[in-house]
Amino acid sequence: MPPQVKNLIKPLFSFRRGVIFLTLFWLGLFVLVPHVLVLVTSVLTPDPQHLAVWPVTLDSWARLFDPLYVEVFWHSLWLSAVTTVICLLLGYPFAWILAKLPGVWRGVLLFLMIVPFWTNSLIRTYAIKLILGNKGLVNTLLVGAGITDKPVELLYTPFAVIFGLVYVLLPFMVLPLVSSFDKLDRNLIEAAHDLGAGWWQRFRHIILPLTMPGVVAGCLIVFLPAMGMFYVADLLGGAKNLLLGNIIKNQFLVVRDWPFGAAFSVALIGIMAALMWLYFLANQRINRQGGLDDEGI
Amino acid sequence: MMKVFKWSFVVAIFAWLYLPIAILVVNSFNVSKYGYEWQGFTLKWYEKLFHNEQLMQAFLNSLLIAALAATFATVLGTLMALAIHRYRFPMKAAASGMLFVVMMSPDIVLAITFLVIFIALGVELGFWSLLIAHITFCLPFVVITVYAQLKGFDRYLLEAAQDLGAGESRIFRLIILPLVFPAIIAGWLLSFTLSLDDVIISSFVTGPGFEILPIRVFSMVKVGVSPEVNVLAALLLSISLLLVTFSTLLLRRKY
Repeated sequence: MPPQVKNLIKPLFSFRRGVIFLTLFWLGLFVLVPHVLVLVTSVLTPDPQHLAVWPVTLDSWARLFDPLYVEVFWHSLWLSAVTTVICLLLGYPFAWILAKLPGVWRGVLLFLMIVPFWTNSLIRTYAIKLILGNKGLVNTLLVGAGITDKPVELLYTPFAVIFGLVYVLLPFMVLPLVSSFDKLDRNLIEAAHDLGAGWWQRFRHIILPLTMPGVVAGCLIVFLPAMGMFYVADLLGGAKNLLLGNIIKNQFLVVRDWPFGAAFSVALIGIMAALMWLYFLANQRINRQGGLDDEGI
Repeated sequence: MMKVFKWSFVVAIFAWLYLPIAILVVNSFNVSKYGYEWQGFTLKWYEKLFHNEQLMQAFLNSLLIAALAATFATVLGTLMALAIHRYRFPMKAAASGMLFVVMMSPDIVLAITFLVIFIALGVELGFWSLLIAHITFCLPFVVITVYAQLKGFDRYLLEAAQDLGAGESRIFRLIILPLVFPAIIAGWLLSFTLSLDDVIISSFVTGPGFEILPIRVFSMVKVGVSPEVNVLAALLLSISLLLVTFSTLLLRRKY
């Protein structure tokens, strides 16, 4: 290559440009464009051969309001909501205890929360299935202790699905909560204590509001994935306890009605966006309150 | 009293998290196929798994995808963290926004977006689609880990290097890379974990040519009990524990 050309090309291929190009290229091609494509797919006409074709139609969106699907939708929302509440009730005190521990112990226990992830979550769900089965651990204990004289039907109930979802998702609730307890200024609690606030008042007016971002973040990353976990519903829920994920998977991989599946996904993205907006509001409120506190001091 | 209550709560949660896994691992050595009671020690399920070629292949494929995806996601994520931290460029806010979307989106939504783009681009579902999808969903986790570390260290080091005439790639290689090394290891392990744990996205972008574990296991456990799955659980757990022990030792020696 003649030197003049080399000098022309060189500034075009700097390290900095390469990094920026790679960032935008990868995120554009595999994140932005696919999301737009799903949105577009949801208003196309289904076609068995080509999956989705013109013309544009709102039929798939109209079908979302079919009572059959509305029912599944609500049931799925309900299962996920109960899961989220249980995760929060278990995770909040648990994260609090973890956050107050001295460094080494804290690290060890947090590490122990991650270890279960290394057995694939499908395999863990299978383990839950074995435990809840008629001859599984729970029923053996129940019958053994004489609480019931024959095994209780635990599998293929809403209970089993919620149990499985809480089992898989609890660490996702605990981790953001621990980090928001870390940010909590202990002096504020002490000050409240010195000023005569009781246990409940300290919790209600100081601890809870200041850890709200963690609560909302934890709830988001439990609630949203919970609706999609089709394998949990498949293994533990039977035919009656479907999640939104089961419908989406079915539409995409079995029925191959892509526009309808896409419409469901966009609806899910809509719920996600609404909840994230709430998250930002909660965060903003905390920041504003923090500002006021600073002025006060 | 309060203390006893507190600790029994912690112990109960961990017992609950580990009991199902412990049962799988114990049963991987159990003579009884159904594992409702202990009937003696055996290694026959291990032997059976090693002879089950399809399942073994899927297991190795899973490890391969996890290792490759973690490696590429770490390289790409480190560069992206650098770009977001150090450079100004058009659509920077959009880039961070997209990383946030990937992190927060439920797997099922990501799975569909990946499936749609691969079909639209004509990428054959299999090895490449799995690899690209896994790299992409691991990316934001690497970026935030490395970014946090980048924010933590002394800016003057970089300015000094710049004043002394070092180019961007040199600064990256000689200063930034060694300083964020612990975050890079952490990001790799996190990506490896996420990739190995994934079921939903893999189910959508897998193809007949290249099968990974969750897809094979799904059909096995849906109908009944399979002792080989217990063995898989035990193997996955030990491999990951080995990796973490190894990386902890590595980091301790260096820092």
